Amino acid sequence: MAKSLNKGAGKTREPLFHIVKRPTIPLWKSWVIRIIAILAAFLVCGIVTYLLVQRNPLDMYASMFRGSLGSKRKLWKLAKDMAVLLCISLAITPAFRMKFWNIGAEGQVLVGCLATTACLFYLGGKVPDAILIALMLVTALLAGAVWGVIPALFKAKWKTNETLFTLMMNYVATYLVAFFLLTWTPDGSSTLGRIEGVGMLPVLFGNSYVLIILVVAILTVAMYIYLNYTKHGYEISVVGESENTARYIGISVPKVIIRTMILSGALCGLAGFLIVGGLDRTIYTESVGGQGFTAIMVSWLAKFDPIVMILTSFLLIFLDQGAAQVAQDFNMSDAFPSIITGIILFFIIGCEFFINYKVVFRSAKKEVKE
Amino acid sequence: MKYVLDFLLNAIPLGMTFLYGSTGEILTEKAGHLNLGIPGIMCVGAAGGCAMIQALVLAGNVPGVFIVLLGLLASFLAAGLMGLLYSVLTVSFKANQNVTGLTMTIFGAGVMRFIMAGLGQQNHAYLKALPIFRYPFSNLLPGTSWQYMGIMVYLAIIIAVVASLVLTKTKVGLHLRAVGENPATADAVGINVGAYKYGATIIGSGIAGLGGLFYIMNYAGSPEAYKSIETLGWLSVALVIFALWRPHLSIFGSALFGALYLAGSYIPSIPAFQQLGLPMSFTQLLKMLPYVVTVIVLTISSVRNKREDQPPAALGINYYREER
Amino acid sequence: MSKPIALEMKNISKSFGSIQANKNVSLEVYHGEILAILGENGCGKTTLMNMIAGIYFPDEGQVIVDGEEVVIASPKDAFDHKIGMIHQHFKLVDVFTATENIILGVKDAAGYSRAEAEARVKEITERYGFHMDPHKKIYEMSVSEKQTVEIIKVLYRNADILILDEPTAVLTPQETEVLFNVLRRMRDDGKSVIIITHKLHEVLALTDRVAVLRRGEHIGTVQTAEADENMLTEMMVGKKVSLNIARSEPKDPCDRLTVSHISCCDHEGVKLLDDVSFTARSGEILGIAGIAGSGQRELLEAIAGLQHLDSGEITYLNPKTGETVNLRDRTPLQIRELGVRLSFVPEDRLGMGLVGNMDIVDNMMLRSYRKGHSVFVDRKKPRDLAMEIVENLEVVTPGVTTPVRRLSGGNVQKVLVGREIAAAPKVLMVAYPVRGLDINSSYAIYNLLNKQKEAGTAIIFVGEDLDVLIELCDRIMVINSGRITGIVDGRTAVKEEIGLLMTGSIPAATADQGKEEGANG
Repeated sequence: MAKSLNKGAGKTREPLFHIVKRPTIPLWKSWVIRIIAILAAFLVCGIVTYLLVQRNPLDMYASMFRGSLGSKRKLWKLAKDMAVLLCISLAITPAFRMKFWNIGAEGQVLVGCLATTACLFYLGGKVPDAILIALMLVTALLAGAVWGVIPALFKAKWKTNETLFTLMMNYVATYLVAFFLLTWTPDGSSTLGRIEGVGMLPVLFGNSYVLIILVVAILTVAMYIYLNYTKHGYEISVVGESENTARYIGISVPKVIIRTMILSGALCGLAGFLIVGGLDRTIYTESVGGQGFTAIMVSWLAKFDPIVMILTSFLLIFLDQGAAQVAQDFNMSDAFPSIITGIILFFIIGCEFFINYKVVFRSAKKEVKE
Repeated sequence: MKYVLDFLLNAIPLGMTFLYGSTGEILTEKAGHLNLGIPGIMCVGAAGGCAMIQALVLAGNVPGVFIVLLGLLASFLAAGLMGLLYSVLTVSFKANQNVTGLTMTIFGAGVMRFIMAGLGQQNHAYLKALPIFRYPFSNLLPGTSWQYMGIMVYLAIIIAVVASLVLTKTKVGLHLRAVGENPATADAVGINVGAYKYGATIIGSGIAGLGGLFYIMNYAGSPEAYKSIETLGWLSVALVIFALWRPHLSIFGSALFGALYLAGSYIPSIPAFQQLGLPMSFTQLLKMLPYVVTVIVLTISSVRNKREDQPPAALGINYYREER
Repeated sequence: MSKPIALEMKNISKSFGSIQANKNVSLEVYHGEILAILGENGCGKTTLMNMIAGIYFPDEGQVIVDGEEVVIASPKDAFDHKIGMIHQHFKLVDVFTATENIILGVKDAAGYSRAEAEARVKEITERYGFHMDPHKKIYEMSVSEKQTVEIIKVLYRNADILILDEPTAVLTPQETEVLFNVLRRMRDDGKSVIIITHKLHEVLALTDRVAVLRRGEHIGTVQTAEADENMLTEMMVGKKVSLNIARSEPKDPCDRLTVSHISCCDHEGVKLLDDVSFTARSGEILGIAGIAGSGQRELLEAIAGLQHLDSGEITYLNPKTGETVNLRDRTPLQIRELGVRLSFVPEDRLGMGLVGNMDIVDNMMLRSYRKGHSVFVDRKKPRDLAMEIVENLEVVTPGVTTPVRRLSGGNVQKVLVGREIAAAPKVLMVAYPVRGLDINSSYAIYNLLNKQKEAGTAIIFVGEDLDVLIELCDRIMVINSGRITGIVDGRTAVKEEIGLLMTGSIPAATADQGKEEGANG
C-alpha cells in the first residue's frame, strides 16, 4: 500500500514533514524531553558566553554552580530567594488556574510592601511589637487583596481584559510608592533607611531566613491542598476549564473570580510583608524587582502545580544567581543573568511543542504508523 | 499659549514612541498574535540601532544620511530578529503567546542592558549622531522644543498611515485580517496562514524596534533607559485597544498618550499649579495619569462592547490546522 | 458511463491516533454528475472529503485529478486542482462582507481591482440564480445566506468539483429545494457535485450515484436510479435494522412543568423565544422538533436557569409536596435549592455538560460536590458513581481517572446522561442526545430515556431526526423562530406535517396549540 506513495513524486511532492498532535504521552517521556531541552539550553548558554568573552564553557558552568550552591552562605541566599519567589508564584497560581492572567503580581506585592512599611514608619515604637507585626501582616494582606480585586471586579462585571488592567495597576502601585517615599523623606532623596529594632519578625534557629522559608513551605502544602482537595479549588478548576460548565452547574463565575483574586492578591500582600518585614526593612520602587513576572514563569512551567513549583523556582533562582556569579567572574554586565534566563526559558517554552505534537517526516512515515 | 505650544512640541514627538510600538503591535495582533514581548523588542531595537550608529560614528567620515539609514535598518533588523524568535515559538511551535511574550521582554531588556553597557565603555558615542536624527529643526531652531520634531517623527506617522492603508485597502491587508479573525477560513481559501503570521510579526516587531531607537536617541542615553522603554512598550500595547486596532487612529492616541506621559513632569512647572502649594510628592501621583487613563479606556471599551471595535476574533489562539 | 472521470481516489487511508477514520477507500467522480457520499455519523465521510480539500493529509493512497496523480497538502492545492469544499461549519470571516469573503485568497492576474471582483461575483450570482447582498456582513446573515456565500466563493475560484458537507442540515425544506435546483444547474453546467449526507430521501431526490461508507470503509457505489431506501440503509448499517424504538403508554401522566408565555431577546433585540407555552407531563416524552437554531437551546436554558426571560412564567409542580415553584430568573443553584429535581443534558457536551480535561470522577462531582459542610470535596461517592456508570452503561474507557475528552463521542454522552439520570430527576431535558453516536449507542440512550419515562420522569427531548422523534416521543412540539407552531401526537404524526410546521407555513398551527393548551389547562 505504502509503496504507491513515492510513485507520484515527480511533479508534485508531498510535503517534507507534517505535524501530528500526540494523543497522549507518558509522564516520564515528557520530563525526558524537558530535561533534554534544559541541557540543550545550557549548551547554548555556554556557546553564547564563549562568543562574548572567549572563555571555556566548562569554566562558566563551574562558576554558575559556585555562584548559587558554592557555599553555606550562598545556599541560604538561594533558599531565601527561592522562598520569596515561590511565595509570589503560589499567590498567583489560583488566578492562573482560573485562566485569569494576573500579570499584576508585581504591583500587588509592592502595595503589600508599602502597607508593611507604612505600619513600621507610622507605628514603629508606638504600639507593642506583637500588635505592630499583626497590623503589618493584616494591612499587607488587605492592600494586596484590594490591588488584586479591582481588576477582578471589572473582569467579573464587564469582562474587561485583565492582562493589561493588572499590568497598569503595577505602575500605579509604583508611583504610589514613589509618592510615599517622597512624603516620608523630607530631604527629597526618596531613600528611606532601614527601619530596625521595631516590628522585627522572630528569628528561628538563629537565622532570620528560617521563618520565611518555613512560612512558604507551609503555604506550598496548603496551596496544594486548597487547589486539589477543597470545594473552592474544584470551583477554580471548573471556571478555568469552562465558564459555560460552571454556569450550567450553578457556580457563580463572578463570585469565584472575585474570591480567587482576593486570595491571590492577599497572598501577594503576604509576600510583600515577608520582603519588608523579614528582609529589606524598607521600601524602594524596585522592591519586587520583576519577581512578579518571573513568578508567572515559575507557575506556568510547573503547570500550576505547587509541588512542582518548588523545582521551577529553584531552577530560575539557580540560573539568576549562577549567571550573576558568571557575570562577576568574567567581568560582564549585570544584565547577563536576564539573558541566560531568557535563553533557558525559550528552550523550555519551545520544548512543550515536542510534548504535545510529533513531527512526521516523509520517509519516517512507515515506522510511525501504528 | 507658549506653554501649550511648548507642551505639544514635547508631547507629540514623545508620543511617536508609542506610535511605533502600537503600529507594530497592531500588525502582529491583526495576524492573531498578542505579542507581550513588544517592550523587550523595543529594547532590542534600541540597542541594535545604537550599536550600528555608534560603530558608524566611531568609524568617522560616514555621511549623515547613511548613519540614519543604516541605524534604522539595524534597529529594524535587530527587533525583527526578536519577532522571528517569537514567531518560531508561537507560530511554528505553538507555544503560549503570553508566556513567550513575557520571556521576550525579560530577555530583550537583558540584551539591551548588556549592549548599552558595552556602548557605554565608549561614552555612548552614538549620541553624537543625534543632530542628524533631529533633522531639520535641530539646525533651524536649535535649543527650542522644535528640535524634537525630527525625521523619525514623520517616519512614524508615514508608517502608521501606510499600515492603515495596507490593512484596509489592499488584498494583503484583507488576507492579514482574515488570518487574525479566522485562520481556519483563511487557510481553507489558500492563504498561507503561517507566512502571514511570520510576516506581520516580524515587520511589526521591526517597526516597534524603531520606536525604541527613537526614544533612546532623543530622550535617554543612560543604561537605565531600558526601564523607560519597557514602560513605553507596555503602554504601546495598551494603546492598541485605545486605537481600536487602527493605526491611523493610533496617531492621535499616541499624541494623547505622549501628553499624558509628560503631564506628570510638566504640570508642576505651570505657575498656576505652583500657586496651589501642593507638596512636591504630589507630582508622583500625576505620573499615574497614563496608566489610569489606560485602565479607564479598557473599561469603557469593555462596557461598550461594540462589534466593530473588538480585537481580532482569533487573537491569542494559536492555529493548528488538524485540530479536532 | 460515457462521462469522463474528474476525480479518482485510490486506496486512501487515514487514522487519528488509534482511531482509523478511513481504510483503503477507492472511488471515482465523473464530470457532470451529483454523487452522494452516504453514511452514518462518524463513518469517515467528512474525513475522506477533507483529504480531497486539503484539510487533512492522507496516511496512504493516491488522488488522481483528470487522469493525473496529484498531492493535495493544503486547501490551496485543492483550489489549484479546481476542487472546492463547503464545510458544515462555514468557514467565513464574520466581520467581513460577502464580497470580501468571496474574493479572499484568490490570486488576481492583473492586480487587485475591487470593481472587477464585484462584477464577477454579480455574474456568478445571476448565472446560477442566487439571491445575495454582496455588501452584507456575515454576522448579519441567516444560515442559508451564509451557505450561499460559501457556494459562490467556491464558484468564484472556478471550481469544477464541489463538495458539500451536510448542506441541508441547517436548511428548511423550502431552502433545501432552492439549493437542490442550484446544484442541478451546476451539474448541467458540467461540474461534479459531491454531497455528504446521511439523509436517504435527499440522496434519492437529488443524486446520480451513491457511494456508501461504513466504519471508514467504502462499501460500494450504486446508481441512484437502481437504489431504494431499504437497500441503502442496509449498506449503511450493515444489517437490516428495524427503526422500531420501543414506546410504552404513559402511566398516569400529570403536569410536572408548565411553561407559560415566555419570551426573551438577544442583546441586539432579536426575539429568541416568542410567547412560548407548553406543559411537560410525568411519564411522557415530549419531543421538540425544529430547524437548528430556532430557539431550542434558549428554551432549555431558560428552564435550567441559564437564560434571562423578559416575560412569562415557568412553574414546577413538586410531586412530593404538591406545591408549585416558579423557576423564572432563578439561577441553577437556586433551582436546586428549591428542591426541583431537574436534570439537563445540553447540546454542547464537552463545553457545557462536562469538563473535557477532567476525569470521569471529577465530572461526576460537578453535580454533587457541594454536598456537606466540609470545605473539602468528597471524591469517594463520585468515584463509586463513576464506576457504576462505566459498568452499567458499558462506557469504553481505560479507567475512571481518564479525562473525558479522550473518550469517543458515544462514551462521552453515556457519562453525561448517566450522571444526569443518577440524580433521579423528575424533569429530564436532553438536547440532541444521539448526535454523532453510532446506532448501538443511540439505542442505548433511547433505552435509558424510556426507562426514565417508565419511572415517571417528565422528559423533554430536543431532536433533529424526525423519524426518531416520531417513534420515540409521545407528543412532538414544533418550534420555528422562537415560536411554537404546533404540538402533535407522536403516534399519529406524519413527517410532512412536522416538516411544514418547522418552516412555520401552517397557519392552522395556532389552533392546534390552543387545543393543546385547552386540554392541559
